[in-house]
Amino acid sequence: MVENRPWLTAFSHLVVILGVVIVAFPIWMTFVAATHDQETMLHAPVPVMPGPYFFDNIKTVLTSGYNRPGSIPLWTTLFNSMVMALGVALGKIFISIISAFAIVYFRFPLRMTCFWAIFVTLMLPVEVRIVPTYGVVATLGMVDSYSGLIIPLIASATATFLFRQFFLSVPDELAEASRVDGASPLRFFWDILLPMSRTSIAAMFVIQFIYGWNQYLWPLLITTKPDFYTVVMTVSRQASVVDTVPAWNLLMAMALLAMLPPVAVVVIMQRQFVRGLVETEK
Amino acid sequence: MAQIQLRGVQKTYDNKVQVIHGIDMQIADGEFIVIVGPSGCGKSTLLRMVAGLEKITGGEVAIGDRVVNQLEPKDRDIAMVFQNYALYPHMSVYANMAYGLKIRKLPKEEIDARVRKAAKMLELEKLLDRTPRQLSGGQRQRVAMGRALVREPSVFLFDEPLSNLDAKLRVQMRLEIKRLQRELAVTSVYVTHDQVEAMTLADRLIVMNAGSAEQIGTPMDVYERPASVFVAGFIGSPAMNFLAAKVGEDRQSVDLAGTGAQKVTLLLAKPTTATPGTPVALGVRPEHLLPLSDGPLEFDIDMAEPLGADTLLHGRFGAAGEPVTVREGGNVQVKAGEKRRFSVGTTRLHLFDSQTGKRIPDAA
Amino acid sequence: MEKRVTFQERGLPYLLIAPQMAITLIFFFWPSGQAIWQSLLLEDAFGGNTKFVWFDNFTALFADSAYFASVRLTLVFSALVASLGLAVSLLLAVMADRVIRGASVYKAFLVWPYAVAPAVAGVLWGFLFNPSVGVVVWLLSGIGIDFNYVIDGNQALLLIVIASVWNQVSYNFLFFLAGLQSIPRSLIEAAAIDGAGPGKRFWDIIFPLLSPTGFFLLVVNIIYAFFGTFGVVSSLTQGGPAKATEILVWKVYNDGFRGQDLGSSSAQSVILMLAVILLTVVQFRFIERKVHY
Repeated sequence: MVENRPWLTAFSHLVVILGVVIVAFPIWMTFVAATHDQETMLHAPVPVMPGPYFFDNIKTVLTSGYNRPGSIPLWTTLFNSMVMALGVALGKIFISIISAFAIVYFRFPLRMTCFWAIFVTLMLPVEVRIVPTYGVVATLGMVDSYSGLIIPLIASATATFLFRQFFLSVPDELAEASRVDGASPLRFFWDILLPMSRTSIAAMFVIQFIYGWNQYLWPLLITTKPDFYTVVMTVSRQASVVDTVPAWNLLMAMALLAMLPPVAVVVIMQRQFVRGLVETEK
Repeated sequence: MAQIQLRGVQKTYDNKVQVIHGIDMQIADGEFIVIVGPSGCGKSTLLRMVAGLEKITGGEVAIGDRVVNQLEPKDRDIAMVFQNYALYPHMSVYANMAYGLKIRKLPKEEIDARVRKAAKMLELEKLLDRTPRQLSGGQRQRVAMGRALVREPSVFLFDEPLSNLDAKLRVQMRLEIKRLQRELAVTSVYVTHDQVEAMTLADRLIVMNAGSAEQIGTPMDVYERPASVFVAGFIGSPAMNFLAAKVGEDRQSVDLAGTGAQKVTLLLAKPTTATPGTPVALGVRPEHLLPLSDGPLEFDIDMAEPLGADTLLHGRFGAAGEPVTVREGGNVQVKAGEKRRFSVGTTRLHLFDSQTGKRIPDAA
Repeated sequence: MEKRVTFQERGLPYLLIAPQMAITLIFFFWPSGQAIWQSLLLEDAFGGNTKFVWFDNFTALFADSAYFASVRLTLVFSALVASLGLAVSLLLAVMADRVIRGASVYKAFLVWPYAVAPAVAGVLWGFLFNPSVGVVVWLLSGIGIDFNYVIDGNQALLLIVIASVWNQVSYNFLFFLAGLQSIPRSLIEAAAIDGAGPGKRFWDIIFPLLSPTGFFLLVVNIIYAFFGTFGVVSSLTQGGPAKATEILVWKVYNDGFRGQDLGSSSAQSVILMLAVILLTVVQFRFIERKVHY
């Protein structure tokens, strides 16, 4: 602090706390809603303090899903989301890190072409090319499969860029020393570069896990069998059905479960996550 | 046998920019060679060509009996100490030193024996389990040397290894490196921009400037008989003084411009091959100017730098006000603008051609 | 930005880059090419007759008032989301930066909304603003405001703006905070010695130094408003009521998948592609300059 202005500091605290409260408010209400029974949730005003039905709601939702025909136990969707999120995160990290290694540490014809081709993917989020991408996936027979859920989403370049940025910052001398020591390029990659990339990999993991978990449009389109539904898409579908009165307690319980893993990952790995975000910028 | 031969070594980038213009040198087995020169002269490039980290675009490099131009660094039987140490940050000191041996698939006991031997020589035994982050600059430097030692190569290459250390540590490490090299008797090539390091470490020096070797010789050769103005000015600190002069009629003296209309003539120890009247740059080192109350050279002193054991006096000479520096022993007090007179021994004068900068040889 | 040292291998780099190139070609270039191709066709809904119609789909769009309504809506929506999002997060970041001691704690509490899927964020806010049981609706009725986003188009727009901003606040906050913390303290101290109070210091020194970050975030937020908010719209309003929240990306999906008008949807995709490319190029060129700081 440059000068001592206690009232300004107090005001600052106040504003931030207010911010935290507003940001947390929807989550709090969601949690509260998940702790009551259906009856309570049908009349305004809904309670703002928790009730006793939390574990009952969670159990119902996990095992038998939403209380209407055609709904699936949330266990399945949580499992699918986990497979998808892990698949996207790990898949992306794997192909990106080896691509970044190739682009940074080798000179080969077509190098710049490949680099720009990869860069271009940054510019078009999947929503823009959604219709034809679906067409391609359908042609390849990848509808209703994990590979269909995962592979089209690992095409983008954010991870490649982060790793490239990181590799460029590694001193040249390390690669030279390993050459003098007798290491082949792959040896260098495995023994030296990869361990040094640990924090970048962790940061990418957090971001890509969240990205994969929170996908909505893509799973919606390419899954037709409920066995393959993901949790985020299920929650959203149930909420947007307009006909009957929603069972808010169950719906909110589902929303909580849908939010839990990514939020947990962010909270646990917060430092790596922040690093990864801020460094992807460049 | 690990002699090194450089035959017409050249380096050109992209077929356009030539940065090394033909270097020739024979390095004997066990010799400590220092490549010295200012930033950008190409000394690191030359070293890296010997190492195999840069392609050799012209000429040949031979290590032992083999021409190594096409060989990868790992096949040349060399080890290198890098300026920034290049230690693998996530590995322990032990692992850093063992890495090259591990790749060559040496048996574990052999690796352990070599690492511990090197650690002992460099006083690293207590640090074997630490990671580079936990070490001081000097310790990291020693680990980098240890990594080179354990390979027991034919040639050691050093790329400005002491540049990142503070002054005191540099002096200490310099001695250690020299001692080690004496003990191990391995051919070594050492690059530095610091002429003190060059003088103290080298059996022989290459003084480089803009991609060419200006002089190759022992430290004393280079100090006492610099081959050009560049070498004369680069070796020795503070740098040699240069005064404009003309060769005298008898070819064994030079005439300086002097103060006013007076001419100052200095005698040379031997006759020179230059013709009378040739304009020359007369070189004389600051430490060779002796204070003498009736000496031939009168300088206007404007500043004194006390070093403790000596004093550096900075001033000007002659109508043209050429800058001069004198190193006098002890603590000398001067007033600004004071005039003092000096003489210089005849053997301490160097003549250089005013245009080419090259040393003008003595006759016979 | 090149490495001085590279390895000399022939086949290895191709092998390493192959997986990413393969996936990029199959799942990015091929569909994008298809989108461009399809935008030039007129297809029968049942896949029967396909006619090559040059730019008819595009001209049809430009003549379509519904399309223009969607364009205008999207621009308004993006402007709101971007400006609100940036203003709120900037305020929070500045305040959090002042209270050095608490900053990391506050960071922890403000970071996690990023982890919530836009689709789920839509569900949460839909719950808060539900006409029958929403807490906020109840509070608003207490002060005499009747809020029903299912009927009122403007309120629906407001709601998706709120949900989107909420979702994006952490991202902006983190970047602003990082930007603020990278300003050397000595600059601020020098200004204080020169006599500038906190307000002046902010506007004259901090704000200009923060502008590269701000610009970057502006572009990111616009792209987010264009595309990332799909989930919000899908969960909350499905483009309604009466197309009041039919932003362009929703329209692409709606016309293509629900309306089965592939030609129009592809043409819209192509237009959006161009818009994004433009935005990204602008951003990249500007950031290039920033990096040479």
